[in-house]
Amino acid sequence: MSGTVITITSGKGGVGKTTVTANVGTALAMLGHSVVVIDADIGLRNLDLVMGLENRIVYDIVDVVEGRCRLRQALVRDKHLPELHLLPAAQTRDKTAISPRQMAEVCDALRPHFDYILVDSPAGIEQGFQNAIAGADRVIVVTTPEVSAVHDADRIIGLLEAAERGPIHLVLNRIKPDMVRRGDMLTVDDVLHILAVELIGIIPEDEQIIVTTNRGTPIALNPNSPTGRAFQEIARRVRGENVPITPLRDRGLLERLFGFMRSS
Amino acid sequence: MEFLRRLLGREPSSRDVAKERLQLVLIYDRTGLSPGVLETLREEIVAVLSRHIDIDRDGIDLSVTQEGRQTKLIANIPLRSRRP
Repeated sequence: MSGTVITITSGKGGVGKTTVTANVGTALAMLGHSVVVIDADIGLRNLDLVMGLENRIVYDIVDVVEGRCRLRQALVRDKHLPELHLLPAAQTRDKTAISPRQMAEVCDALRPHFDYILVDSPAGIEQGFQNAIAGADRVIVVTTPEVSAVHDADRIIGLLEAAERGPIHLVLNRIKPDMVRRGDMLTVDDVLHILAVELIGIIPEDEQIIVTTNRGTPIALNPNSPTGRAFQEIARRVRGENVPITPLRDRGLLERLFGFMRSS
Repeated sequence: MEFLRRLLGREPSSRDVAKERLQLVLIYDRTGLSPGVLETLREEIVAVLSRHIDIDRDGIDLSVTQEGRQTKLIANIPLRSRRP
């Protein structure tokens, strides 16, 4: 068995890299795959918190690289899914604590034992990003339909092409169908036309992301949530299934009316 | 209000504005081609061509388009027909 290494990156911070990593990792494990998610954001570790695993960390990736523990010992098993594991970042070090070559070695050491190795990249284009893509077989670029996020995504795609990292797939996050309908938000097609990379999923803006992140239980675990299902669809596309993109539903007039009544 | 203004055709949607601004800034990011350089190019192309052939200077269209992740510079230069 040789696992696939997929790096999740974006350029801009705050567009949902960590949320996408946690949820796609969760959804892949729900499909029965063995998965490890790596937090490559050394010094600003959060993937553990989003997944609700912060109390289980004993060692981190810097401990592995510096020989204080074996790789197996640093892996944290998920609360919900036995096939899902986390390799945490160190919180008290910085991006220079590991090199791109060491990151690639960690990925290679994990390949024989897992189907998918997802690497959550830090924001930016500096060493943290270079570390995160060092072992990647594929890259998922996350963006939102805002000018600054799309601008940075284009820069990242240019850097990935120059480094010959790919294939590159796009997740468009935080779409607001109401705003798209009013002509006040870039559409999926607008972003695809501008960035010209293949789309692997669209995620609506959803308050429940904040609620599930508060609880440390990724929304992908909830099959009744449209957002959870959107992540499950991404996981199926990641493993090669041909799943058509489900268009995001704008709230109908009645729903908007009821929504208004409920909120007032 | 904004909806009404738009309906009356006085203001493009913020989506269209965002798209156009992004496309322009990305042309520069990807190629280094600024509006100033584009203008210089136009003048020099006109100068070179005029030495050899009679061109319609007012009809010249020099534009940048995107095809996938490839950026293209397209020059459309109408020629004046020779008088018989």
